[in-house]
Amino acid sequence: MYQLTIAEQAQGLKAGQFSSVELTKMYLDRIKRMDGGLNSYITVVEEAALAQAQAADQRLARGEAGPLTGIPVAQKDIFCTNGVKTSCGSKMLDNFIAPYDATVIEKFHAAGAVMLGKTNMDEFAMGSSNETSFYGPVKNPWDTSTVPGGSSGGSAAAMAARLAAGVTGTDTGGSIRQPAALCGITGLKPTYGRVSRYGMIAFASSLDQAGAMAQSAEDVAIMLGAMAGFDERDSTSVDKAVPDYTAGLQKDIRGLKVGLPKEYFAAGLDGDVARVIETAIEEYKRLGAEIVEISLPNSALSVPAYYVVAPAECSSNLSRFDGVRFGYRCEAPQDLEDLYKRSRGEGFGAEVKRRIMIGTYALSAGYYDAYYIKAQRARRLISDDFKQAFAKVDVIMAPTTPTVAFKIGEKADDPITMYLSDINTIAVNLAGLPGMSIPAGFSQKLPVGLQLIGNYFDEARLLNVAHQYQQVTDWHRQIPQDFV
Amino acid sequence: MTWETVIGLEIHTQLATKSKIFSGAATAYGAEANTQACAVDLGLPGVLPVLNKEVVNMAIKFGLAVDAKVAPVSVFARKNYFYPDLPKGYQISQYELPIVEHGHMDISLDNGESKRIGITRAHLEEDAGKSLHEDFHGMTGIDLNRAGTPLLEIVSEPDMRSAKEAVAYMKKIHSLVRYLGISDGNMQEGSFRCDANVSVRPTGQVELGTRAELKNINSFRFVERAINFEVERQIEVLENGGKVMQETRLYDADKDETRSMRSKEEAMDYRYFPDPDLLPVAIAEKQVEAVRASLPELPEAKRQRFMSEYQLSSEDASLLTGSREMADYYETVVKAGGEARLSANWVVGELSGALNKEGKEITDSPVSAEMLAGMLSRIQDNTISGKLAKEVFQAMWQGEGDADAIIENKGLKQITDSGAIEAIIDDIIANNPNQVEQLKAGKGKLMGFFVGQVMKETGGKANPAQVNALLKKKLSLD
Repeated sequence: MYQLTIAEQAQGLKAGQFSSVELTKMYLDRIKRMDGGLNSYITVVEEAALAQAQAADQRLARGEAGPLTGIPVAQKDIFCTNGVKTSCGSKMLDNFIAPYDATVIEKFHAAGAVMLGKTNMDEFAMGSSNETSFYGPVKNPWDTSTVPGGSSGGSAAAMAARLAAGVTGTDTGGSIRQPAALCGITGLKPTYGRVSRYGMIAFASSLDQAGAMAQSAEDVAIMLGAMAGFDERDSTSVDKAVPDYTAGLQKDIRGLKVGLPKEYFAAGLDGDVARVIETAIEEYKRLGAEIVEISLPNSALSVPAYYVVAPAECSSNLSRFDGVRFGYRCEAPQDLEDLYKRSRGEGFGAEVKRRIMIGTYALSAGYYDAYYIKAQRARRLISDDFKQAFAKVDVIMAPTTPTVAFKIGEKADDPITMYLSDINTIAVNLAGLPGMSIPAGFSQKLPVGLQLIGNYFDEARLLNVAHQYQQVTDWHRQIPQDFV
Repeated sequence: MTWETVIGLEIHTQLATKSKIFSGAATAYGAEANTQACAVDLGLPGVLPVLNKEVVNMAIKFGLAVDAKVAPVSVFARKNYFYPDLPKGYQISQYELPIVEHGHMDISLDNGESKRIGITRAHLEEDAGKSLHEDFHGMTGIDLNRAGTPLLEIVSEPDMRSAKEAVAYMKKIHSLVRYLGISDGNMQEGSFRCDANVSVRPTGQVELGTRAELKNINSFRFVERAINFEVERQIEVLENGGKVMQETRLYDADKDETRSMRSKEEAMDYRYFPDPDLLPVAIAEKQVEAVRASLPELPEAKRQRFMSEYQLSSEDASLLTGSREMADYYETVVKAGGEARLSANWVVGELSGALNKEGKEITDSPVSAEMLAGMLSRIQDNTISGKLAKEVFQAMWQGEGDADAIIENKGLKQITDSGAIEAIIDDIIANNPNQVEQLKAGKGKLMGFFVGQVMKETGGKANPAQVNALLKKKLSLD
């Protein structure tokens, strides 16, 4: 059953081949047996999951089931869950139990999905390798000496190891697409504003976007359909009708104009990864796509612009973690300043502190114009590049990451090299566009991801383009050996 | 050397919305600690602010009333600083692009002239919570009921030249926000408070002196006292050859002094930047026009109308339009039959005096506008004299009923039966032959003696005009 996609499981549930309780038990059992070596879950909620599965079975029996009813999923530990610990991968929130559900969580509940637990992640979503988590690093199921990527590394590893039928992630600079690529699964970061951010712990508010990861584009389409939509509690969510993302999956893509930005195929791209991507592009040609070389001339600005905007916003967003009202508080504070300094000093990890300091610096009087304002200007240039590109092409394709999964510890002491592992994904966040990563093959026995970038609110097209590829390839059905 | 004082005010006025500026929690004052704060006000992880649209309309109202520009696009920004009663570690305010800019307010000076005070800007922001330092055994309690309460901060140009002008300006803004219905202006509850930027310079000098910012003053009296203290302090420093430091000072009302809170060097860097959780506030011309159409009559227009419609003096019109409630009271008296100028005299005189004496607001007056009008009608139809009316008014104030009942019960009705008065006059003439002689010989002043005698005999109930006429007739003086 674990090999089945969400779509297939939903059929099985409806046909009575198995129950949601059976499915849920199967995953809980796999988690128990297999997650020890991966560390992909922070919290598993066995009892609650089984209770939800029972309710889902009743709903199925009543004939009121939707496409996610009874499907066991895992939620990234960045989404607040009423009554269940929401740690955000940090010591700061190790004791935090939210009194409310994030909108995304509410929507999965409403769809009748079963929540197996909360997945590991880089602390406050800051990281590209899942090594910054207070709960320890997550390992890549394809090779446990390598990282799963980050920040949604726990979700991606759990998905790759089939420890859930679908998982959620959030993507601020590549945190869904990069781990999806390194773990060989399908992941989508929607257009900024497509999915509500309410109850999702903020890292960089103008970049953060929740999305879904699963085996196939079809599964991601099902999940996005449940997650997307306007939310009056999030002023930045967009009031735009949610299409049926599964409706157009079968559409023929003959004549599709695919742009290949030359800047994404430049130095730094691993030769073997490049060959895998080229093979995938050839496959698209066979499907009738028309390939156009394009240029996104301001691509080089994206990493520096991102590492001003994201830390600036995070330095302010993380001010609320002060030891006063919730979360970690240091022992026996001497006075207010001591309370602040030690609670934050002891509660946050090194990477989070580094970004708070960078951001505080960038927003300081005298530096604001030179950094923040300039970064915002760069951001506009990057958006304009995409705007011009989408006047010529329907989708943009590129490698999701310049290399396959790297070794645990390899880049942990070198933040700049680590930051550069997101070089191909960051621009999409700065522009607010939707982006996907789909499994496209292997290099050195590790998965390679093909990135698809679409125009604003063009998720349906991205899913269609991904689905068509997955009809003629089986990379997305591959499971790491130890988890078969 | 003579010195010139320069003052600018930043007035924080709490907007009278039911719910907070970025959450659905109630704004009610005086509730048990932390019962008016939701997850958004507490700054819990993951929550997001959503703008209360009512505050935008209120800011537009204010902008139009001070003839300012309402910005088609304004932006909320984060003001970052750590404080225990600031839950998010930043206050959502407006910085580079405020909602209202370039307005003005005219104040009246002692010499009767009018002076225009520039309003630089007015911006929307959220209030912080409150730290409670008592009753927590060495710890500090936090009450977040006030956190997220909407404020409009109104920033003036440094156009005021004395504490008196500052008070006059503050009073006018206070009256205006209450007229507009955008704030209850309650100063005890902190709904209306101000910071004053004060500096002095040698008379004639163009450049401004170094200023001190006086924080959080919550009464008209304290504004005047704090500024006066600060001006004297700065002059003394300068005359002793010292320099005024740019700093923030706190006014201590108990000691009547200001003292330093922090210097410019210690001033915080708030690291303002646009709040990415909120969209820019876009205001269409249509919305501005809709608000304009809904504006009530403003104080100055009302004052002008009172002068022309009711033939009132400038002074009376100013006093009567000082607050919307006072103006409404007056107009109710007139509508209920009070003659316009007589009504003005009574509202400004007897009624205001009685209110002041007991520290009451006009809305708490024991004598309603209708009751006062009822009494004035009895003056107008000669039932009672103006003098006896004061007695009637006092009785009404004490809750003894309406004018007619009091006149009846106390027998205060004027004697208008000329036969009865003539009989009294005949007696008096008979008993005072000497005075009659003198009066007839031309000592006109004695007329008052005779009128007084009649009034005394009638217990004040005779109509003085009628008595005069009858006396003249009887003494054949015509």
